[in-house]
Amino acid sequence: MLEFLQQKLETVFRNLRGYGKLSEANIADALREIRLALLAADVHYPVAKRLCEEIQKKALGKEALAGIRPGDQFVKIFHEELVRLLEEGEREIRPERPLRLLLCGLNGSGKTTTAAKLALWFRKQRQDVALVAGDLTRPAAREQLQRLGEQVQVPVYAWPDGSSIETVVREGRARGEKERRDVLIFDAAGRLDVDAELLEELAGVAALWEPGESLLVVDAATGQVAVKVAEAFAAKVPLTGLVLSRTDGDARGGAALSIQQVTGIPIKFLGIGEKPDALQPFVPERFVGRLLGM
Amino acid sequence: VEKFSAGGGERVDWEALLLEADLGLALTGRLTRMLSEEGLLRKPPEGEERIRQELRSILAGDPPKVAHSEKPVVILLVGVNGGGKTTTAAKLAFRYGKEGKRVVLAAADTFRAAAVEQLEAWARRIGTLFVAGNPGADPASVAYRAHAQAEEEKADLLIVDTAGRLATKNNLMLEAAKIRRTLAKRDPQAPHHVWLVVDGTVGSNALSQATEFHRAVGLSGLIVTKLDGSAKGGMIAAVKEELGLPTVFVGIGEKLEDLEEFDADRYVDEFFGG
Ligand SMILES: Nc1nc2c(ncn2[C@@H]2O[C@H](COP(=O)(O)OP(=O)(O)OP(=O)(O)O)[C@@H](O)[C@H]2O)c(=O)[nH]1
Ligand SMILES: Nc1nc2c(ncn2[C@@H]2O[C@H](COP(=O)(O)OP(=O)(O)OP(=O)(O)O)[C@@H](O)[C@H]2O)c(=O)[nH]1
Ligand SMILES: [K+]
Ligand SMILES: [Mg+2]
Ligand SMILES: [Mg+2]
Repeated sequence: MLEFLQQKLETVFRNLRGYGKLSEANIADALREIRLALLAADVHYPVAKRLCEEIQKKALGKEALAGIRPGDQFVKIFHEELVRLLEEGEREIRPERPLRLLLCGLNGSGKTTTAAKLALWFRKQRQDVALVAGDLTRPAAREQLQRLGEQVQVPVYAWPDGSSIETVVREGRARGEKERRDVLIFDAAGRLDVDAELLEELAGVAALWEPGESLLVVDAATGQVAVKVAEAFAAKVPLTGLVLSRTDGDARGGAALSIQQVTGIPIKFLGIGEKPDALQPFVPERFVGRLLGM
Repeated sequence: VEKFSAGGGERVDWEALLLEADLGLALTGRLTRMLSEEGLLRKPPEGEERIRQELRSILAGDPPKVAHSEKPVVILLVGVNGGGKTTTAAKLAFRYGKEGKRVVLAAADTFRAAAVEQLEAWARRIGTLFVAGNPGADPASVAYRAHAQAEEEKADLLIVDTAGRLATKNNLMLEAAKIRRTLAKRDPQAPHHVWLVVDGTVGSNALSQATEFHRAVGLSGLIVTKLDGSAKGGMIAAVKEELGLPTVFVGIGEKLEDLEEFDADRYVDEFFGG
């Protein structure tokens, strides 16, 4: 009897101190919390589900650390695992020069602003950059890029109204080569993922431009459509990276995790404001903290 | 998402269905609990009908109409960056212009590069009156001057486009509130409508946007753009449920005619279709 009681007490203490192993029971609350955090951050539903299942499986049976509640330990494991997943892929901009970049994405996602931010970023590294005004659709898109080009002191190649997109791509590329620019940034028009005609046009641009880097610019507040959008663009353009814009807002940016998980496209930059210097290289650790609301 | 089948009895992941339409955690939770309590979780056709019914009741109510008044009726458009304010301002001018109203478009975005040129290009295309501020000018003073001009022109309608701002930027939210107050100095009834332009591809953040703009500026409705894409616009229901704010128009393309009055029945149908 006494022995039994002693055993029981020991188990209680073990649980309290976090001895033993991580089990479905002792991490249940933490798992539920993480799942909700991911969904509240707009992580794609199937992605959130899969991540929870996989990371839970990995954690089960691990020795619980002394003095730490199993739930807390599981959150830490989840955190680390997400960081590891987000670190996958090439997050640096390719070093080969000359380099042609192509920026694409949904309407209003932040492409033109990002083009100017990247131009400044390269210029600060003493690279010779030029911007190409490739949006022939949106009213005053060219003027917007020209104005931004003045702000960051980078030349903007632009063509008069009525020019064809092929002309802009071909002549832009030729002029960049003639002027021996290190980096050329092509600002493409925005388009929706269901617009077959405009996506085909983008494929045509990519075929002629032959970009070394094609970046998809995605708003941090994008909801569940993010994955569908990224897949539609990836089917037409060889995407090499993601820029998550408007992370200076309170959106947690689950779209980026979803896209990276489903398509494997690495996140390269974050937009953190409207000004041309408001661009940051992506840091997985910090991003995961934001995502989980920690 | 698992599809419904007529047979009934099989499992439907309602949570997935609702969340993937961007309905948000709170409303999704409420609807799935409702199905559970009413024993409809495993009855797809009945469950779907119940959700349709619930969405219709959330969205019920007449949208605000642009009435007639002595002084120009003022529509103020606000919202976060890139949502579609400027394009929507042009679409509204086009729409009301066709109805025979005399419209003035005001470009009170004095911040973003070429924002004025963008709206001016639209104004020229529509052939509508246009007022703008210089780069860096105080947007409230631009709105004030635009109102004076609209009155002078005996305009029926003044549509004010403003700069994009994230709801987390306190100084910019105060600036938006100031635009509203300044318009009220010219006419205590103005602005008659303050519409938040929300990107239809936005997820749960739409609720936060609506909450913050409502608090800072006071909203009378929403315009949800880019619904020509794959987004289902679930946040339309979430915002109506949570804040009581109706969606007045939806944007379905980049062209002037791509603006429609919000139609709750169609919205609910498309929610389950495709
Ligand atoms: N706060 C904030 N605003 C941003 C950021 N990136 C872009 N913006 C703003 O978002 C709005 C849209 O940006 P644009 O660069 O014009 O977007 P776009 O993708 O080129 O738009 P389209 O060419 O019409 O498809 C502008 O008001 C920008 O100032 C960011 O990181 N933070
Ligand atoms: N497909 C589609 N595109 C739209 C719709 N409404 C606006 N756009 C596009 O979205 C992009 C941004 O629109 P703007 O009107 O410049 O957005 P804004 O809110 O004024 O942006 P800022 O002033 O920079 O904050 C442009 O490329 C528009 O053509 C819509 O309903 N459907
Ligand atoms: K749609
Ligand atoms: Mg652009
Ligand atoms: Mg605008």
